[in-house]
Amino acid sequence: MSSPAPQPTTGPTPAAAPTTTPADAAEAVVVRGVERIFVGAKGATVTALTGIDLTVHDGEFVSLIGPSGCGKSTLLRLIADLDEPTEGDIRVFGRTARQARVDQAYGIAFQQAGLLPWRSVAANIELPLQLHGVSSADRKARVAELVELVGLTDFARHYPDQLSGGMQQRVAIARSLAERPRLLLMDEPFGALDEMTRERMQTELLRIRAETGAAVVFVTHSIPEAVYLSDRVVVMSPRPGRITDEIDVRLGEAAERGEDLREDAAFFAGVTAVREALHGPQAAAAAGAARGVDVR
Amino acid sequence: MTGLPDAAIATQLTPPSSAAAKRRRGRDGPWRRFARLVLPPVALFIVLVLLVELVVVSLGIPPFVLASPSAIWAQLVQYAPQVLQATLATGLNALIGLVIGAVIGVVLAIVASLIRAIDGMLAPVVAAVAVVPIVAVAPVLYTMFGSTSEVSRIIIASIAAFVPVFLNTLRGLRQVRPVHRDLMRSYSASSWQETRSVTIPSALPHFFTGLRIASSLAVISALVAEYFGGPRQGLGSAITTAAASSAYARAWAFVIGAILLGLVFFALTSLIERLASRHR
Repeated sequence: MSSPAPQPTTGPTPAAAPTTTPADAAEAVVVRGVERIFVGAKGATVTALTGIDLTVHDGEFVSLIGPSGCGKSTLLRLIADLDEPTEGDIRVFGRTARQARVDQAYGIAFQQAGLLPWRSVAANIELPLQLHGVSSADRKARVAELVELVGLTDFARHYPDQLSGGMQQRVAIARSLAERPRLLLMDEPFGALDEMTRERMQTELLRIRAETGAAVVFVTHSIPEAVYLSDRVVVMSPRPGRITDEIDVRLGEAAERGEDLREDAAFFAGVTAVREALHGPQAAAAAGAARGVDVR
Repeated sequence: MTGLPDAAIATQLTPPSSAAAKRRRGRDGPWRRFARLVLPPVALFIVLVLLVELVVVSLGIPPFVLASPSAIWAQLVQYAPQVLQATLATGLNALIGLVIGAVIGVVLAIVASLIRAIDGMLAPVVAAVAVVPIVAVAPVLYTMFGSTSEVSRIIIASIAAFVPVFLNTLRGLRQVRPVHRDLMRSYSASSWQETRSVTIPSALPHFFTGLRIASSLAVISALVAEYFGGPRQGLGSAITTAAASSAYARAWAFVIGAILLGLVFFALTSLIERLASRHR
């Protein structure tokens, strides 16, 4: 840690603060001792997050899971620099969260697709490139790649109100990938979709992630979703929001995970482990028994 | 490719062209739709006109109580150039007033949306302007600008048009969805980029709604202002002149001109509004 070795992946910015160690710079996200306290109307305070320590390795898929109000979305917003921590330090590829945002080190997708309704699918995907002064020809080429990646080539000229919820979310994912970020931040992107669409989107996300090799921080409150997608599931609990457990669930390389995995014993084991971490072992046992009756 | 079976994609959306077309045209062709929308009110209008004609003629109602549709039509044909001229005079006042009121409304709405203190200052003033029947100040304005000037009528039309444009545009400027704001921040977009890419497009449909409401108000105000004096041209003047000389059917002929003028303003601004809010 203290060796003066050159920093391996600081990226284009020289702004990495001197406190950053080379090891940190190799990680996608490093969160240390983060606390976020919201001050209410009458001076009442709500501790949304406290004592958060989290490291996301480059190329790793990490899910944040927990009940409503556990601060998982707040944590994602802090990493994205859409909000600032009251205490603690956040590094994204060795840079401050702010610098990472300015450098466009991450792509982001929200629960609402958040497409601009007056722009076509292609123009929506193009938006970040356009804002950052990419030439028209390059934009066109990149948009063509991205609509193909998310399977919407035939819909590039359509408007968001002509698309289903699942298709809109695919556009939002394509948009988040526009600048080839090494980190994807996703805040319940499939939360508003029906179960069938949701499972298809999960499989697609795994494929896209395998193709891009990006690290992903994925907020969800679905246990099967977290287990199916993640290399590691971070379990959080509310009042105050904190990390209570981390479970390695890597069920094989992202590219090789298919629909069969959803019926695999390892998948159920992962689901049970996460459920136990969330609710305690008794609840998990009861639910597990019920599931056995349901499935067979 | 998606890695999805085609059937899976198909379930997500029926063929998009037909879905979009359906929304635009309804289930039938454009002519069927035209017939369905336009014919019933036209038929009702014709029935009413015939009914009035029948009542007026059979009961021998005098023209100063109710002019018969046939007499109004005869007057409309006879005085067509005058009706057209009066309509254009009033229409021009209304149009200039609408443009001035809309421009001021938009500019002040932008300022109010940017600076909260200005918003606080403007809100009560606009509320006062909104509740005062603005044509009531017409006599005062005629004294100020002289009885041969159209300026007072234009001012009245613009004040009437200003209120809905200002209120709706201001509301539109505040309609930026939080997710869009987050998105622009994640792109570290400059405030000008955010204004151009998100704020203005979000506000546009609201602006056009305000403009549609304002267009009717501008016509009504420009016309009613003529009742209180000023140059003797325009529909309001013509209606009072005709009524004063007991030419009731002619007065009604000018009223028809006023109806047509109002419809033109309303139809044009409605069309613009629809075009602006196609994809919402």
